[in-house]
This record gives sequence, C-alpha cells and structure tokens, in this order.
Amino acid sequence: MNDRRSFFMITCIAFGFAFLYIPILSMMVFSFNASKLVTVWDSANSPTLKWYYSLLSNEEILDAAWISLKVAVINASGSVILGTLAGFGLARFARFRGRFTLNAMVTAPLVMPEVITGLSLLLLFVALEQTIGWPAGRGITTMTIGHMTFSMAYVCVVVQSRLATFDTALEEAAMDLGARPPKVFFVITLPIIFPAILSGWLLAFTLSWDDLVISSFTSGPGSSTLPMVVFSKVRLGVSPEINVLATLTVAAVTLIIVGVSLWMARSARAEKLAA
Amino acid sequence: MIDVKAIPAVKASPWNDPNVRPYVRLERLTKSFGDFKAVDDISLNIYKGEIFCLLGASGCGKTTLLRMLGGFETPTSGRIFIDGDDMTGVPPYERPVNMMFQSYALFPHMNVEENVAFGLKQDRVAKHEIAERVATMLELVKLGGFAKRKPHQLSGGQRQRVALARSLVKRPKLLLLDEPLGALDKKLREHTQFELISLQDKLGVTFVVVTHDQEEAMTLASRIGVMDHGEIVQAGTPTEIYEFPSSKFVADFVGSVNIFEGKLTEDEPQYVRIASEELGATIYVSHGISAAPDATVWAAVRPEKIYMSTEPPDGTDNTVRGAVQDIAYLGDLSIYLVKLPTGKIVRVTRPNTSRHAEAITWDQQVYLSWDASSPVVVTR
Repeated sequence: MNDRRSFFMITCIAFGFAFLYIPILSMMVFSFNASKLVTVWDSANSPTLKWYYSLLSNEEILDAAWISLKVAVINASGSVILGTLAGFGLARFARFRGRFTLNAMVTAPLVMPEVITGLSLLLLFVALEQTIGWPAGRGITTMTIGHMTFSMAYVCVVVQSRLATFDTALEEAAMDLGARPPKVFFVITLPIIFPAILSGWLLAFTLSWDDLVISSFTSGPGSSTLPMVVFSKVRLGVSPEINVLATLTVAAVTLIIVGVSLWMARSARAEKLAA
Repeated sequence: MIDVKAIPAVKASPWNDPNVRPYVRLERLTKSFGDFKAVDDISLNIYKGEIFCLLGASGCGKTTLLRMLGGFETPTSGRIFIDGDDMTGVPPYERPVNMMFQSYALFPHMNVEENVAFGLKQDRVAKHEIAERVATMLELVKLGGFAKRKPHQLSGGQRQRVALARSLVKRPKLLLLDEPLGALDKKLREHTQFELISLQDKLGVTFVVVTHDQEEAMTLASRIGVMDHGEIVQAGTPTEIYEFPSSKFVADFVGSVNIFEGKLTEDEPQYVRIASEELGATIYVSHGISAAPDATVWAAVRPEKIYMSTEPPDGTDNTVRGAVQDIAYLGDLSIYLVKLPTGKIVRVTRPNTSRHAEAITWDQQVYLSWDASSPVVVTR
C-alpha cells in the first residue's frame, strides 16, 4: 500500500517535471548540434560550440539583447521606485475614502489582457506626440514606459504584502530614539523590506525581458528587443543560434534565481527567528 | 520651593508633600477616536524617581495614555508637562522620553551593540563616547558578551534586556514601559521584576509602566493608577489600592475579594453596622464611613482576612456558617469556596503552614469570621 502510494507519487513528480523540463533540455542539447537543421542530430561532428561563436558575431541578436537589457534594467528600477511608493501609500495610509477602489485599480494591469494594454498605450503615445510633441516617435523610451505601467503593479503588490506584516513598532522605536521620519524610512524600513523590493526588481526585470506583445505595440524602428527578433526569426525557420541564446538565458536565470533564493532564505530565516 | 533635583529617588512619599513639584503633569488629558473616548479627562501628577504603574484590563486606555506620553498619539485636548516643559505637541524624536515596546521592537538587521547605539547616533554623540556608554549599559543589563549577536540569536529574556538597555542609554527623563514583562515566562518574570527595580534605583530614571498584571504592578510600583473606561479610578500606593480600595471595581480588580451588598443600619463616627441579606448576617466595621443613611453600601472582605474554623467563634457579628463546596490546593496556600445558607459563595484562603494541618474537607460545616477592621466599605 505504502509502496504503491510512493510509486504513484514518483510517477506524478516525474511526469510533471518531464513536462516542464524536456522541451528546455532538448533545446539545450540541440544548441551543441553541428547540423544546421534543428531537428537532425549530426552525430559525426557534435557536440560543438560553433553556434555559440556564430551567435557572438551576430550583430542583430546582440543589438537586440543590448536593447532588451537596457529596457529591462530601466524598467525594473523605475517600477521599483513607483511600485514601492504606491505599495507604501496603500499599506500605510489611514483608511481613506476610496482606498479599496485604489487597491483594486492598482492590480488591474495584472489581469488586463496585454493586447489591450499595448493598444491603449500606442494610442496614448500617438495622441501625445500629436498634441505636445513628446514622445517623439516610438522607441526605447515608449517601450520602457509601457513596461513600467504593468511592472509597477507587480512590485506594488509584493511590497504591499510585505508591509502588511511589518511591525510598525520598529518605526516608532526608531522615532522614539530620535530619528526623524525620513531617516526612519531609509535606515529602518527600507533595509527590512529590502528582500521584497529586490524580488520586485527581479520580477519587473523578467517581465520586461520576455515581453513581446506590449513591446511590439510600443517599439519603433531600430528598437527591436530580443523576444521580437527571436519571434521574427523563428517565423523564417529556427536557427540553431536561437537554441544557443535560449540556453545562455536559461543558464543566467538559473544562476540568478538560485543565488537570490539562497540569500532570501537566509534572511527570511533570520527574520523568523527574530519575530 | 524645594529643588526637585535635590530629592533623591527614595521611597519617601512626594505625592503627599504639597511642596514637591511634580515631574510629569497631565492636565485634563483626553483622547478620542471618533465617538470613543480612549482617555477621558485624566489629570495626574507623577514625581521624580517614581515607578508609576498604569493598571487596567485591555481596552481601558492605559496604552493610549502611555503613547501620548511618548508622543505617538496627539491628545484631543489637555496638556502634558515633563520637567516643567510643555510636551503636548512635541514629536517623539524631540522628547526627552524613551519607550520600551511590548514587542521590544529590536531592529532585526542590527546587532545588539548597533541597536543600543542607535539612539546616541541620532544625537550625534562622539564615537568613543557612544562605544563607552553602550558598553557600560550592556554591562549593566548583563549582556557584556552579546554585543555582536543579532536579535534572533538571543533568548526572550536577553531581548528584553537589550530593549531596556536601548531605551535607557539616552538617559531619558522618563522611561515608558509597555507590558515590559508580558512576553517572559513566570519564573523569569519574577526575577526580572526585581532586576528592573534595582536598575531603576541605580539610575534614578522615572518609570511609567503599563500592565494588565496586578501582581506585576504591586511588585514594581511606587504608586498604581487603576484605569477603567479611560479614567483613572484610583491612584495610590500598592498598599492603599489593596487595603483601601475606593470602589467595588478597584477592590475586585486588584486581588480577589468577597463583596457583600447591604444597608447601613447604624452609622456612628466610631463604627458602622451593615445588614446584608446576601450574607445573612450583620457586618460590624470598626471605623466610620461617609455615606447617606439607609444607603446601599458594599463591604469588601479579602479572602486571606477570613478565619475559618470548625468551632463557633466568640460573638455574633461578622460571623456566618457555611458548607465547604470546593477546595483548591495551591501548595503554599489553599483556596476554599464556602457556600452560605443564602446561596452566596465566599472565597477563603488559608496558608498551609503545617504539613499535617487538621483537614477541612468537602461538605464540612465551618464558621467564617473576620476582624471588625477587615471589611472595606465602598459606596459605588
């Protein structure tokens, strides 16, 4: 009985993980394939790093990656500032009229279909350009603004939920000991909620890094992001370079996630013991 | 006018001396939240070197009063003076007052030393002086070897002492303590009570303590203010509060008590006699009281002041007969619940002075009696 149950469990887990990871694994394996055809394994010359070299000399992909990185970093940083401010206001302000509505409204971008967000942003940018002349044309600026509109909602939710469990006596204690409110915020509140802010930053970065729909609506000529380039290339047939790019992305993401979660687990454990 | 600073923090009774200037003065302090008055028109004087305990059930306004002293709540009306200065609208970071929070509120991202030094850093005290004062303070609370630990690496008792050190290191004029021992277990709490008193004695800082634990208040306090519904119903020394409660509420709240309702039948300056239907006997009290004739009054008798015997005592006043309904053996003393013929249950405590005392057991008929000086008569 017990054996059967554990066998069943193992099967469940195996299927689940296989479903999640076999596509990624096969893609990683094929990035070392020598053949130009993605689906044919050239066992004579594989594994090889030739597509890695070829990727590093592909200007189009590298440019797109650079644009994506710029947009993602600016978006994440901007979203963290705006989202933290909004989260702070919503979590801390005394029960003002309309607080519930504002709460619901700040999370609306999370459930809004991206096509609608993208389209409305495009219309706004066009209208703005016609009336005040800014933003002139569409490009990195409009794309970053577009990403921030939905990323900050995520950050806001993360920060708000962290502040909900924050012991306000800590801030009062700091004030009691002579620190003025701005100082209390930077020396006490901010360091304590920093893990939440960091995960908000990473979330915003990731959302921006792989966003395709809103980017497509708000980008202009010469500002194609990585997902846009990949998408357009795949339509003409998958190049093994894409496999390489994906493998490198997965590797980077894994490293960052593992590092951050180790660090967060450590500080969360410390905080739990302190509570 | 006597110089207040010249008066040492001794167990004199400055509150009885009209020449002593109060150190903390609350003038008709009120705090409302909407329609609810958390603190209702409180006027109170606290003297230098006192440990003043605000005692009351939860929701009685004691914490709100403390938070107003700390500057975390702004009074709706009334004024607060500390050492002669009007502090009513002064924010917490500019008050010569520090607070020890119930949750201790230690900064989790700073070690013990940094926690204690935080307040001094805000005042831009010189670095070497900070180090010196922090070290002295940590020695004083016996945490010398723990300077580099983070709060989560400390036990509850140690955290409590860090919080105490942090709030005392700035040498405040007034230290506010919110349920200072609430989070500690019983043994540690008793030990810490006495440590707190000796520390206060050493430093001479005036303490205002909020607690719901009457035992804690009795041990710590030079004076207790019993609070109910936002008002201080009685303020006095622990002995005054316990032996001379001014109302049924205070008598009942502080310690346990038997209360008998009755009518004044004889009202003389030297004695009074009260007929109590509830008791089924008359109560003779050997001191005069001030009440209207035929008024309904309540006589409060503490359980430890009632004698219990199997033989009838002399005299007929202050004596009733009943049957033992329940016994609780607590080791050092036993609690007996005695049911009177009227149905009233009287609580009696007896110390277990002998290991083989004559056993009074369940359902036994006993006589209860008390001295004529024991009952406290209250009119409300």
